[in-house]
Amino acid sequence: MRTLLYFSIGILFGITMFKSEAASWFRIYEMFQFNAFHMYGIIGSALFCGAIITFLLKKFKVNSVVDGEPIVIPNKESGWKRYLFGGIFFGFGWAISGACPGPMFTVLGAGFLPIVVVIAAATLGTFCYGLLQKRLPH
Amino acid sequence: MIEFLLQPWPWYFSGPMIAFVLFLLLWTGKSFGMSSNLRTLCAAMGAGKNLSFFQFDWKAQRWNLVVAAGAVLGGFIAANFLSASTAVAISPATIVQLNEMGILDAGQSYMPEKLFGLNAFGSVKSIFLLSLGGFFVGFGARYAGGCTSGHAISGLSNFQLPSLIAVIGFFVGGLIVNHFILPILL
Repeated sequence: MRTLLYFSIGILFGITMFKSEAASWFRIYEMFQFNAFHMYGIIGSALFCGAIITFLLKKFKVNSVVDGEPIVIPNKESGWKRYLFGGIFFGFGWAISGACPGPMFTVLGAGFLPIVVVIAAATLGTFCYGLLQKRLPH
Repeated sequence: MIEFLLQPWPWYFSGPMIAFVLFLLLWTGKSFGMSSNLRTLCAAMGAGKNLSFFQFDWKAQRWNLVVAAGAVLGGFIAANFLSASTAVAISPATIVQLNEMGILDAGQSYMPEKLFGLNAFGSVKSIFLLSLGGFFVGFGARYAGGCTSGHAISGLSNFQLPSLIAVIGFFVGGLIVNHFILPILL
């Protein structure tokens, strides 16, 4: 039952990523060229609505609809190095592959098979982070 | 309505839909963060044997793998049944630029054939670019503790300063590569 629930949410997410064109390499390229408002509009309006949703869920201490437990929205650990350095690395990859970790799966479903190379390399990149974690500034 | 859905979705519909996905995940007691799946995949493949970073109860994260699997099917449905055309109408300026860089299908397709067409498998350069990009995405997302969904949407919606720093990093890295490196690499 829960599997079906999260699968359905995933389907909605996948459709949204494809139809918004946020999963398109072209849109990411265009975003970094500042040649269109499209991606900024998507992120901005998602944030606007997301902030209201997050605020209301916290303010009214809404419980989870699945198990009645309180919804916990944890704060990110403080610091800046990991966020800035990690973020820059992510940006390098985002600009080249035009894919973030969500849309990658959407692109696969849409039938652009070379994305499996991106997914495999991203998994390897994640593994390498785990390998180097203790030596990196955080 | 159907006619509207079959067209590319405008930003003012897409953004709220993403926020709705965020809402559904929070409301069901979870969080919106897709790159965590890559860590879960590593753990599921046994990376926890030697590395403490992958020693966690990955089975508790299966729900998120299910979301990702749903995203695959969602992509299939959207591309095959919910699109009158999959050409992405990027700006004319971008089309001209990409044409000059040898991406000739800009404005006519969803993804550049050069990188995402089946022939890419036979091109050393394409495989190199896809691998390099993917590697940085995976490495950077975990180093930064999240990606576009975890930081740019979830984190910023919760007014987290670390997420703002991460998103600034996304754009610093992305702008450098887009403007100075991609023209050489492509």
